Amino acid sequence: MPLDLTLQILTSGLLLGGLYALLAVGLTLIFGVLRVVNFAHAEFMMLGMFGAYWLWALWGIDPYLSIFIVVPGVFLLGVLTDRLVIQRSIGAPEVTVVFATLGVSIFLQNAALTAWSADIRSVTTPYGSAVVELGSVRISVPMLVSFVVALAFATGLWLFLNRTMFGKAIQAVAQNRDAAALMGIDVGRVYLVTYSVAVAAAGAMGVLIAPLFSVYPRVGLSYIVTVFVIVVLGGLGSVVGAVIAALLVGVIESVVGFLLGTAWAELAYFLVFLAVLVVRPQGLLGRRGAEVYQ
Amino acid sequence: MSLLEIEGLRVSYGDMLALDDVALEVGAEETVTVLGANAAGKTTLLRALSGLVPTQEGSIVFDGEAIDGLPPHDRVERGLVQVPEGRMVFPFLNVEDNLRLGAYGKRAREELEATFDRVLTLFPRLAERRAQLAGSLSGGEQQMLALGRGLMARPRLLMLDEPSLGLAPRLVSEVMERVAAIRADRVTVLIVEQNVAQTLRLADRGYVLENGRLALSGTAEELAASDEVRRAYLGM
Ligand SMILES: Nc1ncnc2c1ncn2[C@@H]1O[C@H](COP(=O)(O)OP(=O)(O)OP(=O)(O)O)[C@@H](O)[C@H]1O
Ligand SMILES: [Mg+2]
Repeated sequence: MPLDLTLQILTSGLLLGGLYALLAVGLTLIFGVLRVVNFAHAEFMMLGMFGAYWLWALWGIDPYLSIFIVVPGVFLLGVLTDRLVIQRSIGAPEVTVVFATLGVSIFLQNAALTAWSADIRSVTTPYGSAVVELGSVRISVPMLVSFVVALAFATGLWLFLNRTMFGKAIQAVAQNRDAAALMGIDVGRVYLVTYSVAVAAAGAMGVLIAPLFSVYPRVGLSYIVTVFVIVVLGGLGSVVGAVIAALLVGVIESVVGFLLGTAWAELAYFLVFLAVLVVRPQGLLGRRGAEVYQ
Repeated sequence: MSLLEIEGLRVSYGDMLALDDVALEVGAEETVTVLGANAAGKTTLLRALSGLVPTQEGSIVFDGEAIDGLPPHDRVERGLVQVPEGRMVFPFLNVEDNLRLGAYGKRAREELEATFDRVLTLFPRLAERRAQLAGSLSGGEQQMLALGRGLMARPRLLMLDEPSLGLAPRLVSEVMERVAAIRADRVTVLIVEQNVAQTLRLADRGYVLENGRLALSGTAEELAASDEVRRAYLGM
């Protein structure tokens, strides 16, 4: 394969991985801190896409502007979901928690279906297919923007978790919920903030991909499996692991997709996923036993 | 007036009654111990006091105010602090972060730096290992960390659940020395321990729990002299 082409494929893969990272980081955080598998995660991305779509369709607001309206909206929806569903199911048997978030997922999909029908819609922007050229490599502008936002979010989150007192309180809750409560940490508040920030990131991803991909109520389904693979591959609860695994999966998908066709791409990252889990059951950066720490 | 007063406390797990009609009080600056065989309900009692398990009946009054129904962090804010059974340090945070998290509450945070220095003076080994991950400390060191972390909260009443659990005899004495030092610092202490002989030497008064009910109470001397305690807990 010529060098130019190789670079092009790798770049596309990394950019795609950046998109996945924005979803995966939140999902892994929710799991690490709340011990909740958030099956509804990609639905918040779907709502972000619809938010961007409607603000554009009705009032012509560009997604890069409407993101400042949509993300706070999704954040508030996260607050509501946490209060109404998540906090009430925590402490219940694991199946209850699974059904609770699965229920939220189905509810949000059907609410979108009822409100907006199953039509496939797209946002058209002047920059939707714009590219910048870096040497011979062509980079989609909206992909580059989402990539930068994803990495900035992950870096900011990492700094927040490791450099602030509240961030360390979040880690404490993840490592031992009861002990954290005994330190005077308001565990419910930690859950609320973690859940809402994580789903808001999913909403942000939705807005950022609105200029690139079509939106419909079940669009989340095409991402959620990939993102679950990424979260387990990176190590449950590991933010840095999720980013690395997201980039890795993006590159595998892009390379294998080019060489063998897209049908093989999914199979390829599943194989890598299985291979990694055989050698490191805790995932790339996960800690053995961390997932059972409380 | 007592600092802590419990009456008619009942806790159950599903349909298993773990505590029934438990009454107990701890006066300011007293050291009180709760004795009892395995599964008697000692940990359940402390967890109920901290708000980690709900109570079905009874009242908990701390410093003259009913605190049942308050979430755990509000109880800590009032000075009711617990060093839990099994230490429960945060394994993937370092020693310093563990200690600082002990002072998470508003009241404790105001004096964080001063308390931090005092705790490091009391536990010099922790000072040496400030940057080490808590999970990689030895059992004895982890216990010292758990105690230090509890002190960071500036407790008015410090509840200790088996602080010497699983430690070698030499370390048990070391832990007991630290508890004595904490007590000498005028902190009120409620301690659950398997080392009954050493604990009774430290305590002013004590209670004996049997199958979730109070079986006996008295001064430490009375308990140490009672046939029942000598037979069941002192192996005499
Ligand atoms: N989360 C729980 N769910 C169900 N039962 C529990 C739970 N925690 C404790 N129990 C039961 O309650 C009873 C009292 O347990 P507890 O831990 O309070 O005893 P303990 O006196 O602290 O014992 P030990 O000396 O072994 O620490 C036991 O029969 C125990 O099995
Ligand atoms: Mg116990």
